[in-house]
Amino acid sequence: MASDKMIIDESKYEAKIPVRYVFKTEPGLTERTIREISSEKNEPDWMLKRRLKSFEIFKSKPMPTWGPDLSELDFDKITFYIKPEERKASSWEELPQDIRETFDRLGIPEYERRFLGGSGAMYESEVVYSKLKKELREMGVIFTDTDTAVKEYPELVKEYFMTECVPPSDNKFAALHGAVWSGGSFIYVPPYVKVPVPLQIYFVMAQEAEGQFEHTIIIAEEGSEVNYIEGCSAPRYSKSSLHSGVVEIFTKKNARVRYTSIQNWSKSIYNLNTKRALVDENGVVEWISGTMGSKVTMLYPGSVLRGKGARAEHLTIGFAGKGQYKEGGAKIMISAPYTSAKVIAKSICANGGVMGYRGLVKINKGAVGSKVNVRCDALLMDSSSKSFTIPYNEINESKEVIVSHEAFAGKIDENHLFYLMSRGLNEEEAKALIVRGFIEPIMKKLPFEYAVELNRLIELEISKLPGAVG
Amino acid sequence: MVELRIEDLHVSVEGKEILKGLNLKVRQGEIHALMGPNASGKSTLSYTIMGHPKYKVEKGDILLNGESIIRLSPDERARKGLFLAFQYPLEIPGVSLTNFLRIAYNNLVQTDKSKDISSEIVSVFKFKEILKEKLKLLKMDESFANRYLNEGFSGGEKKKCEILQMAILRPKIAILDETDSGLDVDALKIVAKVINTLMGPDMGILFITHYQRILRYVRPSYVHILLDGRIVKSGKEDLALELEEKGYDWIKKELLIG
Repeated sequence: MASDKMIIDESKYEAKIPVRYVFKTEPGLTERTIREISSEKNEPDWMLKRRLKSFEIFKSKPMPTWGPDLSELDFDKITFYIKPEERKASSWEELPQDIRETFDRLGIPEYERRFLGGSGAMYESEVVYSKLKKELREMGVIFTDTDTAVKEYPELVKEYFMTECVPPSDNKFAALHGAVWSGGSFIYVPPYVKVPVPLQIYFVMAQEAEGQFEHTIIIAEEGSEVNYIEGCSAPRYSKSSLHSGVVEIFTKKNARVRYTSIQNWSKSIYNLNTKRALVDENGVVEWISGTMGSKVTMLYPGSVLRGKGARAEHLTIGFAGKGQYKEGGAKIMISAPYTSAKVIAKSICANGGVMGYRGLVKINKGAVGSKVNVRCDALLMDSSSKSFTIPYNEINESKEVIVSHEAFAGKIDENHLFYLMSRGLNEEEAKALIVRGFIEPIMKKLPFEYAVELNRLIELEISKLPGAVG
Repeated sequence: MVELRIEDLHVSVEGKEILKGLNLKVRQGEIHALMGPNASGKSTLSYTIMGHPKYKVEKGDILLNGESIIRLSPDERARKGLFLAFQYPLEIPGVSLTNFLRIAYNNLVQTDKSKDISSEIVSVFKFKEILKEKLKLLKMDESFANRYLNEGFSGGEKKKCEILQMAILRPKIAILDETDSGLDVDALKIVAKVINTLMGPDMGILFITHYQRILRYVRPSYVHILLDGRIVKSGKEDLALELEEKGYDWIKKELLIG
């Protein structure tokens, strides 16, 4: 950290910048909306068929009756597709002024300078800015937006898009996603290729009541390695808006995938995602996520360990402040022997925010020698905030299987505070340091810039607490 | 000259009276040893001086240079030059020694004109140099700088780390709460040497201890005996020796007779 007391410009995170469009659908969802989206994108017929099939499934599924209250979510008021005026730019200077301004306010330029390597940025529902390192292309790595992949790599998309990993029948929001999806990243890493730089994308939603349904697919072939990072930060709006992304990760034999996401949707957004990885023999998947914003979040990344010796690691930090209800969690589904999964979920609740952990551990018959360790820690900044833990365990194999679940929830320890304050730190500094220490195990796994931004956002939230100095 | 004065101090913890009229005066340039058996109120005194919210002053006062400090928060007391080396230093997960101590250093040392250093905030880089030098003094490995505060430290390492913090923050009056317990003889000598190096006309020490052992290395100007919340006997260095020889029962008997 550059300074001990960070000066936070709150307006930076609340900006709202007008957006220009060339096309947007009418609010609400009908078959016509879906046909419009598909035709606007000049999609092949097979994709339209998949969309329509998903739409049928969406209509047939009831809203989930468990978890957060979704009664205020009105599909008739949501615009499901908006296409920004600008298509793809190959350099920073080519981006239109207003788009650059949004990124500017979010602190992207430094970031972009540092990471220029192979980053793409997403504005609204399309990737408008993307720069792929020549080196990656030469290695045979595909890193593009998913719309382009539909046209340029149809065989790959047909094979992997919402088939085996997250089929539209998985849940109502996955089905909705399959009908109206737009944008997202498509990554293919050939066998034994290790991608040397993290692949990054920045999602921004800047239109009120817009649904954003990006679809990300990562295919890591045998023995390959890739590290993908996406960050989301949104201006603040008044009306509710829906975000429902899908991430599908294929970790083949001996491959390794790290997926990192930072989410800071505006506090009016419903953030209901489905993220899952299929992990084959000795493959490793790591999920690292930080969730700051949104009104309601449901996010339970899943790891399906289906090859012998497959491993998964889930690290999550969540913040729930005033008016926020969030459920984070993990689904660990094991069907192969000698696999292991580790889940660490940390949450900070303040100003009446609610954040809970809902997790599934399912071990099928035959998965001998599997180990799962789940640890949930919650820090409650005041007595009006809440935290809960709901673990579901379904263990059908007992031989050498170890499943453990530890949960802790509490306030900042008075003695910790006293210790730090006795060294001349004021209460606010001491609290900020304790909170930072609480999330440190996850922060140190994040790229520096993300850790800095997340720390700033958390400090900003904590400084808003009643009784906080300054 | 800075003077810490404790006047007729009565303190209760969760409704139970622990200190029952304690009087004590510690000035810069002096080392006071406060000895007493278990449960005599030694730690209560140290926490109360530093301002732990659980310790309630029922009567009496604590003055620093004639000004009452009992309404000040712990950080305000630290800013006035008080320091407490904890008997049981706390483990703060995820907070590195460097990060924590640099904030403390910038708050206490860099803003204190009397310490005669430029009042600029020191950078991480410069602070690391300062920390490195002090780690060396305490014969602690450089890697401690990046470790989380007290987490996984041995008992002896924690105690050394307290003295390290004292060496960096340079208080005017330091309370050392059983800093000697849990140290092996080599560590004890190192700690004593550092204390003696820091000690001078600008620092006063209140050394709370069970044992006379440390006082062979850190020689006190005064020795006080605390029994049941009160100082029952004060004297010079030889009082500690006498106590070591005769035990606390001797004092208790003497009091009964007296």
